[in-house]
Amino acid sequence: MDFGPFLLLALMEGLVTAAVLALTASGLSLVFGIMRVVNVAHGAFFMLGAVLAWFVSQWVPGPPALSFAVALVLCPLIVGAIAAAADTAVLKRLNYEPEATIVATIGLLYILEQAALSFFGPDARPVPAPLNFRIQLPWFGYSGYKLAVVAAAALVLLAVWLILRHTRAGLIMRATQIDRDTARAFGINVDRVYAGVFAMGAGLAAIAAVLIVPIQQAHYLMGGDPLLLSFIVVIIGGLGSLRGTLVAALVIGLSDGVISTFFAPTLAKIVATLAVALILVLRPQGLFGKRAA
Amino acid sequence: MTGRPFTTTPTRRTILKGMAGAGALAAVPRFVQAQSSEPIRIGFQLHRTGIGASYGRWYERTASAALKVLNEGGGINGRPVEIVFEDDGTDPKRGAEVVEKLTTQSNCDLVMGTLFSHVVIGSAPRAGELKVPYLVCSEGHHVASGMLNRWTLQPGITDVKSQVQGMAPFVSSNLGKKVTMIFPDFAFGHDHRDFFTAAMAAQGGEVIQQIAIPPTETSFTRYFPQIPSETEVIYHVMVGPAVLTFVKELGEFYGSGDRPQLFGFIDSLEAVDINSPGLEFLDGSHFWEGHPRYKQADASEHETFYRAAVGVDDNGASVSDPADIATYAHMFSTWETLFVIKHAMEAAGYTGPADRQKIVEAIEAMTDFAEGQAHPQGPKVFNGKTHQAFGLQSITKVEGGKLVRVHQTSMEDGFYPDEVDYTTMSF
Repeated sequence: MDFGPFLLLALMEGLVTAAVLALTASGLSLVFGIMRVVNVAHGAFFMLGAVLAWFVSQWVPGPPALSFAVALVLCPLIVGAIAAAADTAVLKRLNYEPEATIVATIGLLYILEQAALSFFGPDARPVPAPLNFRIQLPWFGYSGYKLAVVAAAALVLLAVWLILRHTRAGLIMRATQIDRDTARAFGINVDRVYAGVFAMGAGLAAIAAVLIVPIQQAHYLMGGDPLLLSFIVVIIGGLGSLRGTLVAALVIGLSDGVISTFFAPTLAKIVATLAVALILVLRPQGLFGKRAA
Repeated sequence: MTGRPFTTTPTRRTILKGMAGAGALAAVPRFVQAQSSEPIRIGFQLHRTGIGASYGRWYERTASAALKVLNEGGGINGRPVEIVFEDDGTDPKRGAEVVEKLTTQSNCDLVMGTLFSHVVIGSAPRAGELKVPYLVCSEGHHVASGMLNRWTLQPGITDVKSQVQGMAPFVSSNLGKKVTMIFPDFAFGHDHRDFFTAAMAAQGGEVIQQIAIPPTETSFTRYFPQIPSETEVIYHVMVGPAVLTFVKELGEFYGSGDRPQLFGFIDSLEAVDINSPGLEFLDGSHFWEGHPRYKQADASEHETFYRAAVGVDDNGASVSDPADIATYAHMFSTWETLFVIKHAMEAAGYTGPADRQKIVEAIEAMTDFAEGQAHPQGPKVFNGKTHQAFGLQSITKVEGGKLVRVHQTSMEDGFYPDEVDYTTMSF
């Protein structure tokens, strides 16, 4: 294949990775930014979204587009509810101590994975794509649905940004992020904010999973890669900075696409991990993070 | 004389005691008898979870069906047979632990059933140390290559080297000379890479590109640009949970444009419906199948019996769920291996774990297996020196949503010079 089309394919693949990664990582970043919780179970919430999407596709009759639309609404809500329950039942009782929450979310990760193994089984199961058209370029064909994923992810991210910037809920979240105690002094129910943020973070992962599952199939171990890449993105972008997360997702996603297409996917992961190491050494607060006082 | 009056009315307590005593007495003869009719326990290292899970599901069903037939026919040496299934997570480290657990804790007489080559390679040394027969259903060349040990045998399925050697003449004379190979990046895929490349060269063809993909990969489009444009045939063999994604993305990549001929090992589509949406482009392409998934017009009575016993319909799906597609091309190996065990134990006059070595020697003495209820896939030749079976391979073509056999190899197509003589090794 010539260089031009080769690069085009690499960029398209990278864009899909970047879009899904941006959604997943923004959930992780939100939780860390506002709650200071390193959520190791984030990948499990991602997996849960995909697995639930499969169940929805089995239960909802009619065309795949309908069941997909139902999954896109229902799965993030269910996953969010589970996350909120986990926050209230576990994390809150640990007073959000960093070490304790890491261990607790590792436990949560195992519980969710084993639950999926028990109820969903060990097999990868396909979920039909809502739209089945292929774009035939002169050099290669490409799935139209993958491009739709990019557009959908951009819309969801825009919505998240609007919520954070221009709604009262967003204002309360930002206030809690800046100073939890002062926010409480102003009558903000911090417990409820935390539960909501944890649910929203998990919900974002679930949306990303519902979008990706027609491409990748649902599998109980599928949360590992998104978790690793999300951590990479969040660390490079700056912990808690949504803008940094988006920029880093774009950089990591596109470089992943280009490097893995031109060289090897393993090399792409090596480069990404190396980038994290360099960032931690040279600029520990991340590209857009604020230096801790 | 005063004493306690003798009473004939038993109390509730004495009745309970009596019942317990009688129960114990009744149990004794059964235990004594057990020395001769205690069940034979066969340990089954099963890929119930992990990347081999779909194979595991069907290996368990096939082995259980074979066990039922075996026990209905009188078991082994008149003794009933049990199978102890143990999940290895398709993980080599866990695999070695499972071999140990089955042998030392579950007291199994031998261990069988493993498919994935990295698990076999990880587990076989432990079987050798424990001196327990380890009968794999793996296809890998690692048994016949001499890499493993005297306790490891593969009597139920042909190895990859033999399979691809039988495929190369068909590929080079019918599909094309310039081949790009796509294979999973672990031992099994490396067998394909090495032996098919050599076999193609022997036919005057050439493998112009080798694309290795990790078996845990979930996205494949990024590998396809490496396929050179002068490729005439794409040879694909993938494993793992994402095989459907692999084939779908291959279809998307070529779309409606010109594409090379496709020759795949059915591994790329095991447990996947070939009529899944997005796979229309496979129409007219060819597959290797160890055992054709769709019942062929000339199917033998044994094939029909086997299908019914395992619960597979004529399209290769579970009779209870048409969406549950079998790993049909591979799972016959567990059935056939179980019957090889029966014949070996009977030939060896097996009585207990002290006779384990006799099982290995009895299998090494075998030379061929006739097609029949015990060998529904077809006749086999067994090489006792290399511990490897040889059989007939099928090439099928996708026609009208079914896989129809267009070629069957001869036994000789798969032979190659011995690379090891395990019988000269010590136990």
